[in-house]
Amino acid sequence: MDMVTALVLAFISIVLINNLVFTKFLGICPYLGVSGRIDMAFGMGMAVTFVVTLSGTMTYMIDNWILKELGLEVTRYVCFILVIAGAVQLVEMYLRKFFPSLYESFGIFLPLITTNCAILGLCLFINLWEIDRLLEAVVLSFGAGIGFTMAICIMAGIRENLKLADVPECLKGAPITLITAGLLTLAFMGFAGMIR
Amino acid sequence: MTKKGETKAGLYKETLLAGLWRENPVFRLLLGMCPTLAVTAAVKPAFTMGCCVIFVLFCSNIVVSLMRNLLKPHLRILMFTLTIATFVTIADLYLKAFVPDMSETLGPYVPLIIVNCIIICRAEACASKNGLAVSIIDAVGMGIGFTLTLCLLAGVRELLATGAVCEIAILPLLKEDGWFVPWAAMSMPVGAFITLGLMLGLVNLLSKSKS
Repeated sequence: MDMVTALVLAFISIVLINNLVFTKFLGICPYLGVSGRIDMAFGMGMAVTFVVTLSGTMTYMIDNWILKELGLEVTRYVCFILVIAGAVQLVEMYLRKFFPSLYESFGIFLPLITTNCAILGLCLFINLWEIDRLLEAVVLSFGAGIGFTMAICIMAGIRENLKLADVPECLKGAPITLITAGLLTLAFMGFAGMIR
Repeated sequence: MTKKGETKAGLYKETLLAGLWRENPVFRLLLGMCPTLAVTAAVKPAFTMGCCVIFVLFCSNIVVSLMRNLLKPHLRILMFTLTIATFVTIADLYLKAFVPDMSETLGPYVPLIIVNCIIICRAEACASKNGLAVSIIDAVGMGIGFTLTLCLLAGVRELLATGAVCEIAILPLLKEDGWFVPWAAMSMPVGAFITLGLMLGLVNLLSKSKS
């Protein structure tokens, strides 16, 4: 039972309290780039969730069972980025085969998931927080993906409405998006006290 | 001959200046947002971060420029990231050995230079198409442009959050019989997003009134 509670807490904390986009500034580029339309944002979020779950789990296993055994921690970053690139390639092939229209609309942003800081960042944070159970690492990775999807969908929803707003000329585009994101992080700070 | 030399020098100067203002990575190209927002709570970590990025950008641009003719198109992004990851590992180990407290402050944001879009973008857009000299100058210009932007943003945030820049007090604090009330939100994520947003707006305004 303790185990289940710990996992649920880990999930809630990574989705709401330590949300990678709002508190760790990870994955800002796709967050600003793809969040123009809500359906694309959702598709992107799903792709990222898949890649992050896969690579978070795999990097945890590689790091703990291979690199630490052999004393090869120095090559950690190179290994991590290889795993992520492989996972992204997998998603790309899958989408091209089964969802060609979605694949078309992503364009350059799909291979760029490799360089999405949220994914490498999560792998590094799992390492930094010294997670000692595989299951917890899996839950954290999945939660990070869900947190990212939530953030990017909220932003897309706001931006669709922002098109109708009368924004000063010089703030149009990226500046107003950043300011909106700032106000959103302020809202998410409210979750900070939820778990002791 | 002299004319050719002149145009070459002109090209170098052009490339160098492009990174500083016209194609400034943060303000104009909107690249490298994650470190820009994450490490700019104070000037010192921002400057350290900038130096790391200059080092990595410099080395990876040299390597990518040298191997640009050997690359297969579909493998190039992977090769870029592997090159960058190697240099980032060097920078990370150096920081851990010589400035451990700074390495502690920056935490995972040093390894995250690997996925910093600026470096990949420069490898793709400049180093893989140009010779060694242009690539090096481009790396220096972009790197300095990035560092200056980072320091500027960090300076504003640190000043408003603590009343000091580089830990040297500038505004007299209220609790020390001054008038300035530290603005705690500035050192939090909110401050980062809003300051950068307003700065981008300002840059847009300035460049519009110029032209």
